[in-house]
Amino acid sequence: MTLELSLNQQPAHARQGSSIGQPLTRRDGFLKVTGAARYAADNHPPGMLYAVLAVSSIARGRVASLDVEAAKAHKGVVEVMTPQNRPALAADPDAKDHPFMFRLDLLQNDQVRYPNQSIAVVIAETLEAATEGAALLSPRYEVLPARVGLDGAESFVPRGVGVGGPAVQHKGDVEAGLKSAKTRIEATYETPAQYHNAMEPHAIVVAWDGDTLSIDTPSQGLAMAQGRIAGLFGIAPENVHIRSPFLGGGFGSKGMISGPQILGILAARLVGRPVKLVLRREQMYGPVGHRAPTRQTLRMGMDGEGRLTALDHHAKTTSSTFDDFFEPAADASHTLYASPAIATSHDAVRLDTGTPLFMRAPGEATGSIALESAIDEAAYACGMDPLEFRLRNYAEVEPMTGKPFSSKALRECYRQAAETFGWASRPLQPRLMRDADGFLTGWGMGTATFPAIMFQAEARAVLKADGSGVMETGAQDMGQGAWTAFAQIAADGLGLDIDQVDFRAGSSDLPNAGIAGGSGHTATAGMAIHNAGAAVIARLADLATGDEASPLYGAGNEGVLARGGRLYRRDDESRGESYAEILTRAGLTEIEGHGKGAPDPASQENYAKHAHGAVFAEVKVDPDFGQIRVTRLVGAFAAGRVINPRLVRSQYYGGMIWGVSFALHEEAITDRRSGRIQNANLAEYHVPVNADVPSVEALLVHEDDPHVNALGIKGVGEIGITGTAGAVANAVWHATGVRPRRFPIRIEDLLG
Amino acid sequence: MRDFDYIRPATIPDAIAAAAEPGSAYLAGGTNLLDLMKGGITSPERIVDISRLPELNRIERLDGGGLRIGALVRNADLAHDPAFAKSYPAVAEALLSGASAQLRNAATVGGNLLQRTRCSYFYDTASACNRRQPGAGCDALGGENRLHAVLGWSDACIATHPSDFCVPLVALDAVVEIEGKKGRRHVTLEEFHRLPGETPQRENALEPGDLIVAVRLPAEAASFSANARYLKVRERTSYAFAVVSAAAALVVDGGKIRAARLALGGVAAKPWRARTAEAVLLGADASEATFASAADAALADASPSGDNAFKIELARRIVVRALMSALSGTPERLPALPASPFSNIPGARHDA
Repeated sequence: MTLELSLNQQPAHARQGSSIGQPLTRRDGFLKVTGAARYAADNHPPGMLYAVLAVSSIARGRVASLDVEAAKAHKGVVEVMTPQNRPALAADPDAKDHPFMFRLDLLQNDQVRYPNQSIAVVIAETLEAATEGAALLSPRYEVLPARVGLDGAESFVPRGVGVGGPAVQHKGDVEAGLKSAKTRIEATYETPAQYHNAMEPHAIVVAWDGDTLSIDTPSQGLAMAQGRIAGLFGIAPENVHIRSPFLGGGFGSKGMISGPQILGILAARLVGRPVKLVLRREQMYGPVGHRAPTRQTLRMGMDGEGRLTALDHHAKTTSSTFDDFFEPAADASHTLYASPAIATSHDAVRLDTGTPLFMRAPGEATGSIALESAIDEAAYACGMDPLEFRLRNYAEVEPMTGKPFSSKALRECYRQAAETFGWASRPLQPRLMRDADGFLTGWGMGTATFPAIMFQAEARAVLKADGSGVMETGAQDMGQGAWTAFAQIAADGLGLDIDQVDFRAGSSDLPNAGIAGGSGHTATAGMAIHNAGAAVIARLADLATGDEASPLYGAGNEGVLARGGRLYRRDDESRGESYAEILTRAGLTEIEGHGKGAPDPASQENYAKHAHGAVFAEVKVDPDFGQIRVTRLVGAFAAGRVINPRLVRSQYYGGMIWGVSFALHEEAITDRRSGRIQNANLAEYHVPVNADVPSVEALLVHEDDPHVNALGIKGVGEIGITGTAGAVANAVWHATGVRPRRFPIRIEDLLG
Repeated sequence: MRDFDYIRPATIPDAIAAAAEPGSAYLAGGTNLLDLMKGGITSPERIVDISRLPELNRIERLDGGGLRIGALVRNADLAHDPAFAKSYPAVAEALLSGASAQLRNAATVGGNLLQRTRCSYFYDTASACNRRQPGAGCDALGGENRLHAVLGWSDACIATHPSDFCVPLVALDAVVEIEGKKGRRHVTLEEFHRLPGETPQRENALEPGDLIVAVRLPAEAASFSANARYLKVRERTSYAFAVVSAAAALVVDGGKIRAARLALGGVAAKPWRARTAEAVLLGADASEATFASAADAALADASPSGDNAFKIELARRIVVRALMSALSGTPERLPALPASPFSNIPGARHDA
């Protein structure tokens, strides 16, 4: 891989990188393994009190009474915040000024609209006192019947799904395509509600000083959180300082500030002292978003050669009764498989749950498991190998829009993963493979895809007279490795060794780095860093090339190279000098440059931009018991330029393991009568353990993308789930001959 | 905070005297009790910490060949005791299939017997549960109950006992040694746990103040060591409670079953000794056909308590497999995935 960066913004100046592409270990790893990394809840400002939420145990109704006196009488309890005494807000928490402003439960009234909704906050000198105080509130309710499940209410077609896409889309005539088909399949799949279980629950430590706020809280979007808080409290955004150096996982749940975090701020306002509020694990199952359940029906028609003649994908999903987020599951069929006719549609029911929100690959993950299962069924119906079938229907342009792809190395992903996996010897028929121990063995595959998204970000670069550099952007490290990957981009952007760069992130007083979400953070903030580096190097080059005393004098026309803390003439690398020399001679202690990262409107218009991958899974199934184990996973992914292969592999591993979880483990079990989630804990809400993932391999497929951004970065955070879940499901079918119709796949589904 | 008394008695009589007071609870490993307290499921007024009583920590060979396991012996220590694992391999396998390494390092023998059900309605204090609050009703009935009991349940309670350890123990005629106000007494493990009937809150034979001091295995229990297995089907490969499990132990001579022990886990409010199945096995040919008959006998009285009919067929199959595994002989070393159907998968080579 070439280390030279293209610099189409600043063609006169080129920098040669040495950090990008290196498999550096996490720069924050030592802090984390020694416990020195300070997470939000580790903070303890002087005079701090503990706040504990009291949450609703009903799904729908109103709080008729709270025994505030009993709670306040408890030793150590300082205050109880209820709708009666909650400090006023400058904005209505139920207002929705734009689609990304989600309604919050901030004790605005006595209504209960989902289980685990906050109904009071107890503030005390100790966590124990606050906890007991919350229990002493002994709420009484007026209960209304809960609306539970995909058939729990009347369905309707939402105005938009996901981030505002149309709920219904089509191209071509699906019914005609189905009619003309030689082979047809129709299949329905159900996916469950899944809830966020980041290792670190949402936490906030907050101190007011007059009208300014000092906050430690995990955030995937510092500037958005800052703006939301400022709006709710009627203060200037710059009065809100949020520190979020480390997140113990986000996965979408920390993308927008949640109700409980705001309640922590309100509690501190009420008592006039700093407050810490940390969600208990079970309190995560409601106010911080979740992945809504879906019921998806796919219809496909194929001609005599196994080419799709029509693809119809319908998804039914759920949202809350009071806000709009609709899992765009059917949209998964827009991008992967060529078909002259494609229709996607959604409908939804409103239930007494918290509002579902973004959860790693929202829509893509749910849609993928259904689409990839259906593709597998279609291949079998045509008597074709599933890989051959996918290649037969390979999309050379984006099927729904007809746009060319900015890059698409999916064929190479298929080839490399299939070869590594040993796919070629797979029998077409199911239930033919047994291992030496008698276990049913199955091989399945799925295609992975995720859009290459960019948001808006800014960065500030500084070069100092001592030759070192500073790069600042309020980027967020959720565990994905932002501290390291961005430092690598910064080092190359500044033409410095990584150890000479002071990379600063994770704080709202730094330039807005946009949101760490949508798998777009590395591309977005990375481009801001890259451009900030380019800007400051350009300033430095101007100083040098305009200075007669510099060996670079007059090199402006030919350009200069920045490397290792020195500038060189591009046409004569024997002529150069150090940054320190240039700045010292100019009498400057430092110079700075600013850069932005944003999608290029022209390329947005002209290209379909997606990362792709292929995942192959081997499962073993006990023929008598139906217990399943995924024994091998091989994925190959092409996602543009890889900043750090070690971190990228980790992202793929994490995504693929979540795919196993999706297929086999994860499910929130909701009582059909009360609407309460029965397994809101890590013992019973199953995610894979080490023994569930004995072998995971992720191959990095080279891909140059000249259109996504100058660095060629797509994004790797979410794609791993897609493809994998379907591959596991298809492997289970291949092992058993039983087509999984609901997820997670359960023992009783396979007992026969 | 919710205050409670914390007492750390120096002797067993002191412990019993302290715990005989109403509202008392013994604390040993705490792996279940502390969770129950945090969740408000139980709120003892007095914690009697027995974890440092020295005489409860021993594994002793008894005259006549039996074994006496002190109530405070940690699950991990017992499972990794080479002599124990050799004599009672199914018990060691069951122990190692339970919980996680960290929990096994803390959890004790006595505590394992006394662990509470994992029924989610028992843990959800907003739900009705006769076990938690006698007379309240049972929200598990008609609720999310695909993992609930298929044997010995009543309309008052359909919960299961979650222990792995107790399953081979009850098969091997383990005896619980209890010390109470009236002295020491022995209760078979089979009689120790109760079925719910109309009083699911009475989970076992303990009276107030009673302390489990040891679990005894009779001499005969070691006679099955060559053909004893524990098998546990669960919804992930490790760190999950049994959907259904079985312990099987055989003495086979000339193709005939000379002695047989069989118990099921995850199917009832107690570890389920399958005596009618044992009667089918005794003296019969050691064959899959016999085992299938035994499985039918073991589940003859089973009935679904909800969406869990599949557990009955699953249990039949597990019984057959457990007996087949026992027949084929105890492995030299415990497999890397103890009690798992996947314990033989290549690649999982390290030993537990």
